[in-house]
Amino acid sequence: MANAIVKRRRQELVVGGVVLAGLALLPVPIKDVYTQNLIIITVLFAGLAQAWNILGGYCGQISLGHALYFGIGSYVSTLLYLKLGIPPTLGLFAAGIVAGAAALLIGWPCFRLSGHYYAIATVVVGEIGYLLFLNWDFVGGATGVFIPFKGESWAELQFKTAKLPYHFVVLAFAAATWLAAFWLEGSRWGFAWRAVKDDVVAARSLGVNIFASKMAAAALSGGFTGMGGALYAQYVGYIDPDSVLAGHFSILIALPAVLGGVGTLWGPLIGAAVLIPASELSRSYLGGSGRGVDLMLYGGLIVLVALARPQGLVSLFNWRRKSDVPAA
Amino acid sequence: MSPLLEIRSVSKRFGGVAANIDISFDVRRGEILGLIGPNGAGKTSLFNAIAGEVTPDSGEIMLNGQRLSGLGPVACAALGVARTFQVVRSFDTMTVLENVMVGAFLRHRAPAAAMRAATDIIGFCGLNGRIDRPAWGLSPPEKRRLEVARALATEPQLLLLDEMLTGLTPTEAQSGVQLIRDVAARGVTIIMVEHVMEIVLPLVERAVVLNLGQILTIGTSAEIVRNPAVIRAYLGDRYAA
Repeated sequence: MANAIVKRRRQELVVGGVVLAGLALLPVPIKDVYTQNLIIITVLFAGLAQAWNILGGYCGQISLGHALYFGIGSYVSTLLYLKLGIPPTLGLFAAGIVAGAAALLIGWPCFRLSGHYYAIATVVVGEIGYLLFLNWDFVGGATGVFIPFKGESWAELQFKTAKLPYHFVVLAFAAATWLAAFWLEGSRWGFAWRAVKDDVVAARSLGVNIFASKMAAAALSGGFTGMGGALYAQYVGYIDPDSVLAGHFSILIALPAVLGGVGTLWGPLIGAAVLIPASELSRSYLGGSGRGVDLMLYGGLIVLVALARPQGLVSLFNWRRKSDVPAA
Repeated sequence: MSPLLEIRSVSKRFGGVAANIDISFDVRRGEILGLIGPNGAGKTSLFNAIAGEVTPDSGEIMLNGQRLSGLGPVACAALGVARTFQVVRSFDTMTVLENVMVGAFLRHRAPAAAMRAATDIIGFCGLNGRIDRPAWGLSPPEKRRLEVARALATEPQLLLLDEMLTGLTPTEAQSGVQLIRDVAARGVTIIMVEHVMEIVLPLVERAVVLNLGQILTIGTSAEIVRNPAVIRAYLGDRYAA
C-alpha cells in the first residue's frame, strides 16, 4: 500500500541513513580537537533532546526535570564502575534501566496532574533530586566523583586523548534515540501517545489508556536520558550534582527539541545542531570579556526562532509541509 | 431478542443539580434511537454515563447483560461503545488517516492491519479525498465525519452521536443523515442526541424525550410530535392544545 504515510516513512529512513553516514564521516575532514569536541557534545545533546521529545513532543507531557534522569544515569554507571568494577558499556544499560524506573516512580504521582501543573511538578521533583545527591555522602555529596583513568579501553569507554572513539559512541546513542522515535511514529504506542497529546478525552473514548501511555512514554524517555547521562559522565570523567543534576540541565535537554520542533523526528537534531554550537561558540568568543554577551546572543536566537518559526526550525524544511502544522 | 443496552434507574447529580433522575429504558439491537429534549434536559449527561465518562450515583447500565456503569471510558470502548462529541474533538496534529488509525488500533495491533481497516472506514464515511490531510484543516462537516469514522474504527456495537447534525446547513445535514443510515445498515445500533426535533424524528424509529432530568415519554416519532407534554416542554403551555 503506497499511501502517503508509508512513502514518507520510507523517505525519512533514507534521509536518516544519509545523515548518519554524513555524521560518521565528519572526523575525516575535521581534525581539530576543539571542533571534534563540539561535535560530540552536539550529537550527545541531539540524542538527549530526542529522548526528551519522546515524552514532551510525542506524548505532550512537558517535563522540566529531565536533569534528574540524566544525573541518575551518570551516577549509576559511574558508581557501578568505581565501586563494583562493572564496565561502563554494561553500566550504560543499568543507567538506562534505573533512570527509566525512576521516571515511572515519579510519573506515578505526577501524571495525576496535567498540563502546566505536571510541568511544575517535574521542576520541583528535579530540584529535590539535586538536593538529595548534594547531601548524600555515599555518592560523593557536593564534592562529586572522579573517574580515574585506567588505560585505553572500549569496554570501559576510556580513551587517553583521542576524541574519535567517543564520536562514534555518542553517534550510536543519538541514532538509537532517533530509531526509537521513528519506530514510535509507526507503532500503536506512538499513535496512542500522539492522541493523548492532542485530546485526552477523545483518546480515552477510543480505548486509549491515558495513564499507561504517559507512564510508558516517561519510562522510555527517562531511560534514554539516563543512558545519555552515563555517556556524558564517562566522557568528561568527573561528575557532581552541579554538573549533571542542576535545574538548567533540564532546560538544556528540552530546548533543542522545542526550538527544532516538538513531536517531530528531525526537530531535536536540527535544534541541537543550531543551539549547542551557538552557545559554545558565543561562550568561547564572547564569554570571557563582556560577561553575559554570549547569553544575550543565545537568548536572542531563541526569541528570534520563537517569533519567526513557532513550530520550530524543522518547519523550514518540507518533510512535513507547512500546511501540515496547525497554526498554534 | 434481548436488548443491546439496558438503562436501569440511572440517577446523577452534579452538586445541587439533578441531571438525571431515575432514568430507565432499553435500546434494541440495530435500532436508531433518538434522545431528545430541550437544553438542560440531561441528554449529554446520560450520554456520558453510557460512554463511561460519568459514573451514575445510582442505577446501572448494561451492555449485552454486562454492567458498563463505573468501568470508565477505556473499558466501555473495548466492550463496544463508541461516541462522537458535541464540540468536535479531532487530533489536530495528525492526518485524517492517523486519526482513524488511533481508533482502529483498538482491534488491530499490527500497524498495517490498522491502516487497512482505517482506510476502508474513511472510504465508507466519504473522506477518501481528505485521507492524508491534517485534521485541523477540515471543514466542520468533514470533522463530524472524521469523528464518526474514528468511532466506527473501534468496531462498536453501539454508537453514540452527540448533536452530530446540529449547526450544519440543510444540505450538509442531509448528507449527514445519509451517513447515519449507512452506519445503521452495517448493523451498528445508534443513539443520537439532538435538540432539534425535525432533524431526528424522520431518522429514528423511537425516541426518548427527556425534560428536567426525567423521562417525559418514549415512543415512535409520530407519537412524540402529538404528545401534549412534549409540546409543552418545547414550546410552553400556550401551544399545548
